[in-house]
Amino acid sequence: MKDFLVRFLARPQTLIGLLVFAAIVVLALGAPLLFPRGPFTIVGMPLLAPGSPGLPAGSDVLGRDMLVGLIYGARVSLLVGIASTCCSVGIGVLLGAVAGYYGGAVDDVLMRITEFFQIIPAFVLLMVLVAFLQPSLFSTVVGIALITWPQVARVVRGEFLALRSREFVQAAKLLGESDLYIIFRQILPNALPPIVVVGSMMVGSAILTESALSFLGLGDPNLRSWGSMIGASRSAMWVAWWTTVLPGLAIMVTVLALNFIGDGLNEALSPRRRR
Amino acid sequence: MTALVAIAGLSVALPPGGDRPYAVRDVSLEIGTSEIVCIVGESGSGKSVTAHALMGLLPRGLDAAGGSIRFDGREILGQPAQDWRRMRGAEIAMIFQDPMAALNPVVPVGRQITEQIRAHRSIGEAAAMQQAGDLMVQMGLEAAHLHAFPHQLSGGQRQRVMIAMALSLSPRLLIADEPTTALDVTTQAQILDLIRTVQKERQMSVLFITHDFGVVSDLADRVAVMRAGEVVESGPVRQVLDDPRHPYTRALIAAVPRLSGSPDPLPPHAPVLAVTGLSKVYRRGGGFLGLGARRETRALDKVSLTLQRGETLGIVGESGSGKSTLARCIIRLADVDDGEILFDGADLAKMNGRGLRACRKRIQMVFQDPFSSLNPRHTVSEIVTAGPRAHGEGAKEALARAAEMLALVGLEASALPRYPHEFSGGQRQRIGLARALMLKPDVLIADEPVSALDVTVQAQVLELLDRVRAHMNLAMLFITHDMRVAARICHRVMVMRQGRVVEEGPAATLFAAPKSDYTSQLLAAIPGQSRLEA
Repeated sequence: MKDFLVRFLARPQTLIGLLVFAAIVVLALGAPLLFPRGPFTIVGMPLLAPGSPGLPAGSDVLGRDMLVGLIYGARVSLLVGIASTCCSVGIGVLLGAVAGYYGGAVDDVLMRITEFFQIIPAFVLLMVLVAFLQPSLFSTVVGIALITWPQVARVVRGEFLALRSREFVQAAKLLGESDLYIIFRQILPNALPPIVVVGSMMVGSAILTESALSFLGLGDPNLRSWGSMIGASRSAMWVAWWTTVLPGLAIMVTVLALNFIGDGLNEALSPRRRR
Repeated sequence: MTALVAIAGLSVALPPGGDRPYAVRDVSLEIGTSEIVCIVGESGSGKSVTAHALMGLLPRGLDAAGGSIRFDGREILGQPAQDWRRMRGAEIAMIFQDPMAALNPVVPVGRQITEQIRAHRSIGEAAAMQQAGDLMVQMGLEAAHLHAFPHQLSGGQRQRVMIAMALSLSPRLLIADEPTTALDVTTQAQILDLIRTVQKERQMSVLFITHDFGVVSDLADRVAVMRAGEVVESGPVRQVLDDPRHPYTRALIAAVPRLSGSPDPLPPHAPVLAVTGLSKVYRRGGGFLGLGARRETRALDKVSLTLQRGETLGIVGESGSGKSTLARCIIRLADVDDGEILFDGADLAKMNGRGLRACRKRIQMVFQDPFSSLNPRHTVSEIVTAGPRAHGEGAKEALARAAEMLALVGLEASALPRYPHEFSGGQRQRIGLARALMLKPDVLIADEPVSALDVTVQAQVLELLDRVRAHMNLAMLFITHDMRVAARICHRVMVMRQGRVVEEGPAATLFAAPKSDYTSQLLAAIPGQSRLEA
């Protein structure tokens, strides 16, 4: 564990990523305390430039505080990113593990289902799903989880295929351990590193996907997210750059921080790169 | 005789934090023209590092800290990279343990040989291919093999290709790093023969690295014994093997199991395990849901055996003989196509689910690979108590028994909270044995349990297995490719080839007077008999 932390924290990018991500999390959690009036309150004239009195990030087309919007937006982005990744990893690990461990016909059937999801244009499927379920936080999370689990399943299946023929797994079978125990206690801990790495990258891509959905107006109408802020301000893009650029920067910084963390985990956990 | 290579006082430093400061320390060694020198030693003795230093191929992080290496009178240690490049292949060539890993899998072997020739000489592809073909024929291959990909050749053929490649530029020194360790014993004998022949023909010097005293005895003119980075003894092979000075050399030679002196067979009793007509066919391919065409390999063909309490039955064979498949079928890690496995009167071959689970508890297994047979993420106590816990024993009692069991296999109770990577290969095999014994089995199947271990550790683990067998009155099925190991521990021996039983009988008689030609061939191929059996 200590070795791992040393390797993980050795890269400056990882450290930067962790610090930035921690700051975003703190701001997102503290938003209701910092700005109890919420992100939809109109506080002044529309399209005031950043630096106007009391508005460090300016105001948007309806005269709402951009800064408050950005911080509340972080709540939505992080929630969607983390919740959908958890669902996706859950489904992916379960199906990938079963397919890889049992092999044969079980594997054939499960992998064909996985491929079915992979060959449909993901974003189109997502839009149809969200529109069908009514746009809401819940439908966004479910939709993103449904289009991203196949990549987890493939990674997990590959690891299980390689690990199930290892002698310690055969020994476990001989000792009379149940399949469930072997899958979750014997094999899964050994397959964790790639799952953690894929997961950390997926949080970032889920945030991007949520932004795209919100931009198209398919996000939760009761929440202000970075994507919906960009979508709502696109008519003012040429006269008030900050209304689109600032949420865009927020997305970029968050995803970049997550990718730095993911790269760091990959570097620290992947045995291939270990010297 | 002038020395072609003179290594003097060579030291290679290890990066700080290792278990010792030097990979090799103060190594001095001479290799004369047209002389075969063997470096023999156990894993971690520094024999490969010495060879790599001689090729200028020390891994990053390891640097020569002192000493000199002279090749034909010229200092080569620390010479610039382009000088090394000119020497490698042309003056010094090397062959490795695993020819599959050393050959490029997507290039025909002929092209790989010509590539090497043309990197050093300005001749055309056709002329180089002509040379490569001649070399292949000299190595006992056919010119047609030039167009083969590495995976289409057998292990022995691949090693012949490697030798052809190494000899393509007529080097003056051939370094061979355990080139026969991964090969079957009959193939090993052929490759050793080949190396000896080409060495004589070309008046070439050979530095041969091995852990096997049998090979040393058959091949070497001179030998250097290494331990923990130092040469403890060196000299002409006859002197070192017949009259070893250093206690370590003596211990190493004594640890080599002998073919004679096998335990006598037990008086016949009712068998605890009786296998009749066991057959197994591997089917490959099949496509989606098994609807496509299949290829079949007959892995076991009507194999029968009996095993009684307190007895060790050795299953001996080369790779592909079906000996491991037999073990996996008996404990039903692989499904059986036909035949009967009577265990205490019940047919294991027909069991499933709960019945199989109850029976398996009484047949346990020790595996070959000390590294993959223990889960790296579980502590020793989790590993050893896993069996009893799976069968409903309380955690406390299991833990108490685990400490006793570790004592039985020669480990301290302080091992319990530690992880497998903190243990050596021999200790890991002990942990694996303790895990199997925790379920108080009647039958223990040992699948090559010592083939990954150094010879001194091997002797200890064999001794332990034998002691445990006697102590618990176990019936033991001992699978090995090594006839010496089988002779050391088995009451009876069964020789297998291509899924069939070739011969079966008491170990002492079978090794002394084999009935089948195949067994005689196997025995004749064991290196070093003239000297080590005396």
